[in-house]
This record gives sequence, C-alpha cells and structure tokens, in this order.
Amino acid sequence: MDRTMRVRMYQQMVLIRRFEEMAGEQYGRGKIGGFLHLYIGEEACAVGAINALRADDYIVTHYRDHGHALVKGCSPRAVMAELFGKRTGVSHGMGGSMHLFCAHTRMMGGYAIVGGGIPLGSGIALGLKHQGSELLCMTIFGDGAVNEGAFHESLNMAALWKLPVIFFCENNLYGMGTALTRASAMPEIYKRAEVYAMPSQQVDGMDVEAVYRAAQEAVAHVRSGEGPILIEAITYRFKGHSMADAVLYRTREEEERWKPRDPIAVLHQRLLQEGVLTEEAMTQIARDTEETVADAVRFAEESPEPTLEDLYRLIYAE
Amino acid sequence: MPIITYREAIRQALREMLRDPNVFLLGEDIGAYGGAFAVTKGFADEYGAERIVDTPISESSLVGFGVGAVMVGARPVVEIMTVNFTLLAFDTIVNHAAKIYAMSGGQINIPLIIRTVTGSGNQLGAQHSQNIEGHYAMVPGLKVVTPATPADAKGLLLAAYDDKNPIFFAEHFSLYNLKGEVPDTPVRVPLGKAAIARAGTDVTIISYSRMLHVCLKATELLSDQGISAEVIDLRTLRPLDLETLLLSAQKTRHVVMVEEAGKGTSIGGDVISEIQENAALALKQPIRWVAGAPTPMPYNRTLEKLAIPNPEVVADAVAEMLAGDHRPK
Repeated sequence: MDRTMRVRMYQQMVLIRRFEEMAGEQYGRGKIGGFLHLYIGEEACAVGAINALRADDYIVTHYRDHGHALVKGCSPRAVMAELFGKRTGVSHGMGGSMHLFCAHTRMMGGYAIVGGGIPLGSGIALGLKHQGSELLCMTIFGDGAVNEGAFHESLNMAALWKLPVIFFCENNLYGMGTALTRASAMPEIYKRAEVYAMPSQQVDGMDVEAVYRAAQEAVAHVRSGEGPILIEAITYRFKGHSMADAVLYRTREEEERWKPRDPIAVLHQRLLQEGVLTEEAMTQIARDTEETVADAVRFAEESPEPTLEDLYRLIYAE
Repeated sequence: MPIITYREAIRQALREMLRDPNVFLLGEDIGAYGGAFAVTKGFADEYGAERIVDTPISESSLVGFGVGAVMVGARPVVEIMTVNFTLLAFDTIVNHAAKIYAMSGGQINIPLIIRTVTGSGNQLGAQHSQNIEGHYAMVPGLKVVTPATPADAKGLLLAAYDDKNPIFFAEHFSLYNLKGEVPDTPVRVPLGKAAIARAGTDVTIISYSRMLHVCLKATELLSDQGISAEVIDLRTLRPLDLETLLLSAQKTRHVVMVEEAGKGTSIGGDVISEIQENAALALKQPIRWVAGAPTPMPYNRTLEKLAIPNPEVVADAVAEMLAGDHRPK
C-alpha cells in the first residue's frame, strides 16, 4: 500500500482517538451536553472505509459520527464547536454530537434514529443514478440497525435498482447494551446480503488496511455499475455506548481480550516494523495532534452561541 | 376557462413538473397499474419506467429514498397510495424529512413532495378510512396541503414543486371526479394562504378538503333561513393562515370549525385555540366544533354515515349557535 496513505490513515486514527478523549473530558466539564457517543476503538472503520472514496463521494452515517466527519474532511474546530453547541459548529450548533452535517465535504449527516440513515444514503444513490453521476454514497450504520425494517427495505430496493451505494456495517457486537447474538438470529451480518442477491464481505474492523482494501474493492464494484455491496467490519467499542453507560452487560475479561487489537497500536507496530515511520515521527504526530485538538477546544470555547433569530429562521427554507 | 376534474388537474401539474428532467415519480403501482386512483394512468408509457417508477411495498424507505435523492438535486415526487399507509413512513417524514433543514443548521433543505390520498366514506373499514393529515400538521418543518377544488389541486401542487421544503400533499379520494374551472397555464396557488370560498356576514365556517363542499351545501340550507355564512377553505394546514381566519372571525363574530377527522385528532382544535387566543373578545358565542366521530371508522354503512359530518349537521350547528345571540344571557 502507498506509504502516504498509510501515514495519513495513522494520523487520522490518532486524531480521532485524541479528539474523542478530549470530547469525553469536555463532557465531564459540562461543556458538551446531551448524548455523547465516543468512537474510541472503532477508528479503523471510518478511516479505512472513507479513505477509499473520492472526496466528492457522499456519506451518510449514524449518531456515533465524529470520526466519520473528521475523516470526510470536516475541520476538528467545526466538529468540536458543534459539540459545544456553537454557531461555528458544522451544523451551526443546531445538530449536536449526533447530527453532524457538513454539506461541503459531502458528509450528509449523522442520524439518531437507528437505521434511519440507510434509506437516506440509498436515496442519495438513487438521485445520483438518476442524474447519470459517477459518484456513489457510502451508508454507515451499526449492527443494531440490521434488525430494523429500513435495512431490509433499503437493501432490497438498492439491489433491485442497482444503485451506487456501499452499505458499511460497523459491527461492534453490541446494540447499546444488547449483544448481537442476543438480538440477531443470523449474527453474521454480511450473510444477509445474499437474500437480496447482493455481494458482501466480512472484514477485520480493527485492521485499517484490511478495511481500506475491502472498501476499495467495494468502490470498484459499485462504480462499475454493478449495484450495491455490503461490508461488515467487526470492531469493538472500547468505551460505553454513551457517557451515561456503566457497561454492565459485558465482562472486563472480554474487554481485556480486545485491547491488544487496538487498531492504532496494530498499525503503529506495523509501520515501525516496516520502517514506514520512526518512533520520533510518531511522537511528532502525537504532538501535532495534541495541538490540533487543543486548538479545536479553544476555538469552540471562544465561538459565539447561535441566536434566537437562528432558531426561527430554520423552520422553513425560503 | 376549461372545466376538468380534480384528477386531471393533478395530472396536469405532474406533467408540468415532469418537464424538469430532475423530476421522477416514485410510488406503489403508479406505473404499469396506472395508480390506485388512476392519477398516473398512461404515464409509464409516456415517460418511461425510469421516470414513473413502480416501487416495492416499502413505504418507510420509499420516503427515505426520496429524502436522500433530493439532497443531491434530484426531484422525486413520492406517492403513498393512501394516507393510512403513510404511518409506515411516519418516522421518515417526522424524524428525517421535517428535521434535516433545522438539524443541519440550514445547510441541507428537503424539497420533497409526498402525495397521498385521504378520506373516509367508502365502507373501507378502520384501516383505510382515516383523515390523519392533521397528525402531520403538528410537525414543525413540514408543510401540509389539502386541496379541495380542481384549480387548487393544480395550483397548490405546482406551488409545492417550487417550494424548498418537505410537503405532505393530501388529496381526497372522493374529489377525484369533481369538476371545476382550471387554468390551462401553470398558475401557482400560494401555500399557506386560506381561501374565502364563499363570502358572508353572519358566521365563519372553517373547513378543508371534502368538508369544504359539505359546508358550501350547508350554506344553501342556511340561506333559506336568512343566514349569510362565510366559508373558509384552509387549503394549507401547516403553516396556518391565521390572518384570514382572524379577519373573518372578527367580521362575523361567530365561528364554526368543520372537519371530517374525529374531534381531537386533526387540525380543528388548533384552529379553534388560535382564534380563541387571538380573537375571543370579538366573538358573540363560543366557537362550535363539528367533527367526525372520535372512533375507529366503522364498516357498517349507516354508522359510517353518522360518523361523518353532513350539510344538515353543519347547518343545524350554525343555526343553533346564531339563535344563541337572541337568548337571554
């Protein structure tokens, strides 16, 4: 794989990790309200998948969306400012953590109704196909979404009409606190594509390079007009479902078993061993990231609040 | 001016929209079958299956596909066969279509028309006989449009096409064969503006969709009693045209709300409370509310008739209210 891409993916994963840790800290300080769902542990999914897209391809995602936004090109400043509810936030302070929108990077939103983004992403693909575009849409959702009707309706219609959409499932093994095996009669999610005559594959969601390769293949397939594809990335959420989660539903032993598979540590070791990056270079990346995240917090702190006028301006588009 | 049916008026508006290559129609049985109410009959042959798209029976995602497609500049018009089935898409309409503009801080607007068919009175039983457009009128971010005449059906649908917001467009099944004068040209009827369907001085009767015609018949009965009734057609349930309602209420000083939906299940309560809040002191009598029975619609023909307001019931309510002016306090 291209060295520049590997380094970029490493940097992005480090950025997401540090950004999320800082978001958790700011939540503790009361600077961030509402629900906050951290992406720690799942970084390889967003980074591997979205880097396989063109910059002008679209994504639609779910409420654990900070990582996706950052990889798609939303600035850390604007994402942090959104978490702070500021006017300079990606959604101008009106969306919050679960609803990051960043139309200029074609990040078409994080949606907080489980499975709700799946029809929307498929619809974007329908619109693109109708317009004869060569672009595609990646629709990202979790394992919790696959038992929603929207998942099945959308996979069926997308396959029927050969729409340019990649269904990317981040399977972190738990829908909130309910284990996948307790919720799904068929827990191997990628197999569900078969009943819609759709190709699919399962990939190690802790290995960013494996995710990237799978996503590249999916992009080639979809871009050639062959119709949609489903990727299931097996991953693990290192933190709770949200900040309010005491994580009573899984064992500490299970968590310990996943720790050595930390996607950042895995790539870190690999890049060192293969001489792609030195320890010094990695320390520098960590330092730069620290500064980026600190700058994002400063920006968010100093930004203005939206006004009452904004509230009423946004009822209808004129 | 040509006289055409309500159905033909909608067909003309759809044809006008289909001149835009970004427009395509999405719905169940709108193509080969021609539409459950024959609104799109022949369109599939004329425009092709790429633009008159038959879909699986998947109402929820069907609307969601529409929401996604408009985000990238396509202009699908989604048809849900009847208003009853829109409940399968309630989440998509309420949580997604109506929220994205505000939630995205105004970055992404959803110019999606959802056409559907409302109404009761055909012995179709409780699951096919609802008037739940009022439920949608409770949702910020959505516009709810309910044409009662052929001219308004065409003009409001074209205005909906020009609009940048999600629009719930409820046609009434019993009006499809109603005839009326409709301009040949693509004249727009503005959204959010009620119409004074009949001018009068003694009482303001407010209604929409099919009930407009019931109210107009009632005014004939009232004329015989020397009562001059003004009839207002809401046309758009959200946003409500309060200005027209309040002006009329202040003029006649008597208000009767008439709706096909059951009391407390639709827009009537909101109309009444707005008038009470803004014009109560101008009124001589408490506002009357004539509505459908607040029950699941029965199949039985006799009971179904009793569950839906008719001209006699409306006229009686008006006459009784006006008689109150002369009763000692």
